[in-house]
Amino acid sequence: MSAENAIVVIFGVFLLTLLVITALAVVRTKNLFVAVMLMAIFSLLMAANFFILDAADVALTEAAIGAGITTVLFLSALALTAELEQSQTKGRLAALSVVTVLAAVMIWATFDKPRLGDPDAPVHQHVAPWYLEQTPELIGIPNVVTAVLGTFRAYDTLGEVFVVFAASIGVLFVLSGGQGLDRGLMRDADSEGLRHHLIPKVVGKLLVPFIVLFGLYVQFHGEYGPGGGFQAGAIIATGIILYALLEGESAALHALPRSALQGMIVGGAMLYGLVGVAGIALGGNFLDYSVLASDPVIAQQIGIILIEAGVGITVCGALLSIFHCFAARGTT
Amino acid sequence: MTLAIDILSWAMMTTGGVFVLLGGIGALRLPNIYTRMHAASLTDTMASILVLAGIMLQAGLSLATVKLLAILIFLLLTGPTASYAIANAALLSGMLPGALMKTPPEEDESNT
Repeated sequence: MSAENAIVVIFGVFLLTLLVITALAVVRTKNLFVAVMLMAIFSLLMAANFFILDAADVALTEAAIGAGITTVLFLSALALTAELEQSQTKGRLAALSVVTVLAAVMIWATFDKPRLGDPDAPVHQHVAPWYLEQTPELIGIPNVVTAVLGTFRAYDTLGEVFVVFAASIGVLFVLSGGQGLDRGLMRDADSEGLRHHLIPKVVGKLLVPFIVLFGLYVQFHGEYGPGGGFQAGAIIATGIILYALLEGESAALHALPRSALQGMIVGGAMLYGLVGVAGIALGGNFLDYSVLASDPVIAQQIGIILIEAGVGITVCGALLSIFHCFAARGTT
Repeated sequence: MTLAIDILSWAMMTTGGVFVLLGGIGALRLPNIYTRMHAASLTDTMASILVLAGIMLQAGLSLATVKLLAILIFLLLTGPTASYAIANAALLSGMLPGALMKTPPEEDESNT
């Protein structure tokens, strides 16, 4: 084992140990705010783990969504409910036995798993070598993850976008019904943003444009480096949520009104679908980008840029709509 | 020349690591939130400056150095702001800086 491998193994064991400790702490704590903060740490450790395993795209997603957006959404949900977990005594034994059996089965299943990084593992024998060989020739972009996600498995990604679309519609239905829309938690005069806190306001305002710029970089650089629509949508949404926390929710809604957000959710998914339909209209198959331009390789790249834009717009709109739903709900 | 740069960068990274360790020990051992934050802010500022500057010396004049510089500026902006937000939240939720010193007299009162 070379020195570099040894360092990776040491880092991996260290991070996974911290992960287990954090998970146990999340289960043990009764304070939900503490649990939310620990979950953010869990996601960050997980992102570092993914990064060690060379899965930079997944690491970016985990850091942006797990540690960033989810924490904000959990906190805004907690603002509407109690801080402490309710103690539960009934059914504890049954839950423990179910978890024990499941854990035993899963640990038993890992014995059949090939060794980490084994080149003979089934996953490396199936279609992965073909993707790695054909991507430079057919798509002409360095990031194979984006190529697989955007073209080879475009149907799956279309499905994911529609899942995000459907989930956000569901959350909007559940949360925005009923009262509390007009006199929300964050719209009270005295809690309108962080008006009285000069330092966070100045620094935050300084950071918002750079966060959005970085999001756009992740969006459009996804073919060359780690990144893409999902990560970029989450990062841009984070920037705008930061703006909402600093200036008050109404300022953020003024900049990006609810109707615009709903348009983003629908428009992004539509854009993705329309790129597929355009393929049919130009004489190809659904989601076959090679007919979009005269040169099939360039056509593939155009297709990837368009569908990644659709993914980013939908994810950003969905996350912001859910945030506004939580923020607008009063404590009635 | 490269040897001098190597020595300097390793010295900076080691000192930075020592500051991280001190910050960690301080965050565990010091008595209340304000003193703990004082210790933790060592890792935010001094340690990150030293470690990142050490890595920058290793990277030389390249795109990596520019990225490291951007990370350093980001950390130097957000770290103190986060410290301010935590201290402010602690003060607003009623934790006074001298809260720990007030407890012994209260215990005396309960004893008498």
